[in-house]
Amino acid sequence: MLSRTADHLYWMSRYLERAVNLARMIDAHQRLALLPRAPEAVLQGWQATLVSLGMDEAYRERHGAFNPRTAFDFVAFDRGHPGSILQCLRAARENARAVRGTITSDMWETLNATYLESLTFSSSMPESARGDFLEWVKYRAHLTRGITSGTLLRDESLYFTHIGTFLERADNTTRMLESRWRDPGGRGERLIEEASEWAVLLRAMSAFEMFRRLYRDSVTPLRVTQMLLMRDDLPQGVHRCLDELLGNLTAVANEQSGETLRRVGELHAQFHFGRFEELCAEGVPYFLDRFQERLHDLGERIADDFLVPAGTS
Amino acid sequence: MDTRARAYDEMLDGSGTPRSHCRQYYGWLREQPGEHLARKRAEADALFHRVGITFAVHGENEGTERLIPFDIVPRILPGAEWTRLEQGLKQRVRALNAFIADIYHEQRILAAGRIPPEQILCNPQYRPEMQGVNLPGGIYAHISGIDVVRDDAGRFCVLEDNLRVPSGVSYMLENRKMMMRLFPELFARDSVLPVEHYPDVLHQNLQSVAPAGVTDPTVVLLTPGAYNSAYFEHAFLAQQMGIELVEGQDLFVRDARLYMRTTQGAERVDVVYRRLDDDFLDPLSFRPDSTLGVPGLLTAYRAGHVTIANAIGTGIADDKSVYPFVPEMVRFYLEEEPLLDNVPTWVLRRAEDRAYVLAHLKELVVKEVHGAGGYGMLIGPAASSAQLEEFRARINACPERYIAQPTIALSTSPTLVAAGLAPRHIDLRPFVLSGREVTVVPGGLTRVALREGSLVVNSSQGGGTKDTWVLGAPPGEAAS
Repeated sequence: MLSRTADHLYWMSRYLERAVNLARMIDAHQRLALLPRAPEAVLQGWQATLVSLGMDEAYRERHGAFNPRTAFDFVAFDRGHPGSILQCLRAARENARAVRGTITSDMWETLNATYLESLTFSSSMPESARGDFLEWVKYRAHLTRGITSGTLLRDESLYFTHIGTFLERADNTTRMLESRWRDPGGRGERLIEEASEWAVLLRAMSAFEMFRRLYRDSVTPLRVTQMLLMRDDLPQGVHRCLDELLGNLTAVANEQSGETLRRVGELHAQFHFGRFEELCAEGVPYFLDRFQERLHDLGERIADDFLVPAGTS
Repeated sequence: MDTRARAYDEMLDGSGTPRSHCRQYYGWLREQPGEHLARKRAEADALFHRVGITFAVHGENEGTERLIPFDIVPRILPGAEWTRLEQGLKQRVRALNAFIADIYHEQRILAAGRIPPEQILCNPQYRPEMQGVNLPGGIYAHISGIDVVRDDAGRFCVLEDNLRVPSGVSYMLENRKMMMRLFPELFARDSVLPVEHYPDVLHQNLQSVAPAGVTDPTVVLLTPGAYNSAYFEHAFLAQQMGIELVEGQDLFVRDARLYMRTTQGAERVDVVYRRLDDDFLDPLSFRPDSTLGVPGLLTAYRAGHVTIANAIGTGIADDKSVYPFVPEMVRFYLEEEPLLDNVPTWVLRRAEDRAYVLAHLKELVVKEVHGAGGYGMLIGPAASSAQLEEFRARINACPERYIAQPTIALSTSPTLVAAGLAPRHIDLRPFVLSGREVTVVPGGLTRVALREGSLVVNSSQGGGTKDTWVLGAPPGEAAS
């Protein structure tokens, strides 16, 4: 497969995954707003999210003070910065367009239709329709993933699509956790409130029922974190993402990708054989930070090994 | 001059009665309520948008994507008439290929005095780099788009040959798919000859012209990229043929051999179906500022390690100043009489032609020799006196840059416009493929000038397209 083709497939799926995770993140805030919380706690929650998305500076430059409505618009609709949901959907479509001959017509038409429909959404939409927008984003991502798995050849085209999806998902799941851990309202001694706030996170990630089934116990920050990091049977879980990364990177291995594969394997082994308590011995936020650095390193190595290979000419 | 009054209508004769081969279809068309047709057309638009069959327009904002308007009324050709046209097209393309091969080798036609040598050798389309280069099968124009029009007597003639990077074939294929989706019942009534095997024939042809000794050739399609106006077609054809769609940055030359950069390292490329003009192919040999091409490609090509389709230098045969000599090429190389005529053409570098044209400017069409896409063209009957004077001055300044032709009343076809069905002028671009043999899939791309009275069918100038039907034996009466 052409390196450029692999690059477009990888970014196509990363952007789509990013769009849906952004939708989940602001969905969590919409749900939190329904809980009885002090207004400053709501603002601090948004701020924590924007920090963990790396969007807080861009936001402040554009809007100054935080307010939930503006923050929602910024993450969802702002066409002026590349991190918004609408811009992610556009980037996914532009990458798909560049490889429309490699993906199936069904995939291309779905991504194209998603983009065309996204043009009808903007910050002028009524408050009541905003939840529908987030649902729509999730639904379009489900649809695209279904079509991908239902029509795309099981070869490099699927492997690189998966590498993009799971790298992005691992990154996003840890950011979701991070923003909850950073939210000062999320770490107090208010057990009841805290439980419902972490339950909101689980619902936004469509993982609430799974938590009940797996733990049959009350919702606590550590249990939620453990589930989202360590379970290899939970599709949103980091362990699962690393399983997929390892498998797909093994399938596309080339002469120079040995070191990258070794690093994924090492990272995977921590989750596969490690103990949660030991991984997080220095605190969950510290661990999440370190993990994200290692994911970032992997992303760069994957680009060097496969997507923009140097030294071929 | 009202061109519609004397134009030949493809569907109806002078008395408004459907021609015999259109009777089935026309009967059906007349039964359809207007709103039904309008709904079908809206459905077609929505589908084309979703599939992304769009093109970018020169001079508009980057990223603006527009549909080429699709007309749901097909253009229908009877089988026997197509067969005659097909023979004429094949003959013409054989002669054109023979001409290009001759020009880049012995130049017999120049020695024989049939074409003035300076007209070829001083032409910017002549590529001295190609002199003496031998190509597999001696084929230069692997894909030719020959634009034919029907005059007021109903006779087909060739308006121009496109031998560099002819485009439009994806619309031929997508229009058929669309018609079958919108009106499946029509294909049960009339026996319409299929076109969907075009990509297979093209792929086989491209493989057949691989460099000698290559047994399982790797063919790629070279595109200028996703922002080119014909990008949809490039992606579509690559997908249909199952070959890689590459950009210049994906390719490199090492030791006079061409490779592509893949996730598994470098991979040899044997045949390049390029959708990029000569000038951009190799910055080391042609335009040094081109970032779209591949440095060193010409070296690999001249060494015979890679085939480029169409070949470099085919522009020498489709230049408008060379066009008047094509019938002569048929006689010279094939020793046959041309089955397809040219449109009568005045060459303005000749003093007597120029005098005539300047005296009759208001009746004629004047074209720039190197123009394309309907740009740089004067349509006398439709021009203002200021435009006429401007062209008169331009012709006097550089006569060799222009040719002139009578204003042909292009044939018309009923077309669905805002007010209902109305006649609009059309042309036809069949695609002729040259490999081991010369083939044409039945039909081609019919372009239609949607503005009332307009004779310009180019998509960049408000033209649309139609499905083109060549009828075979009626269903149930298949030839035994």
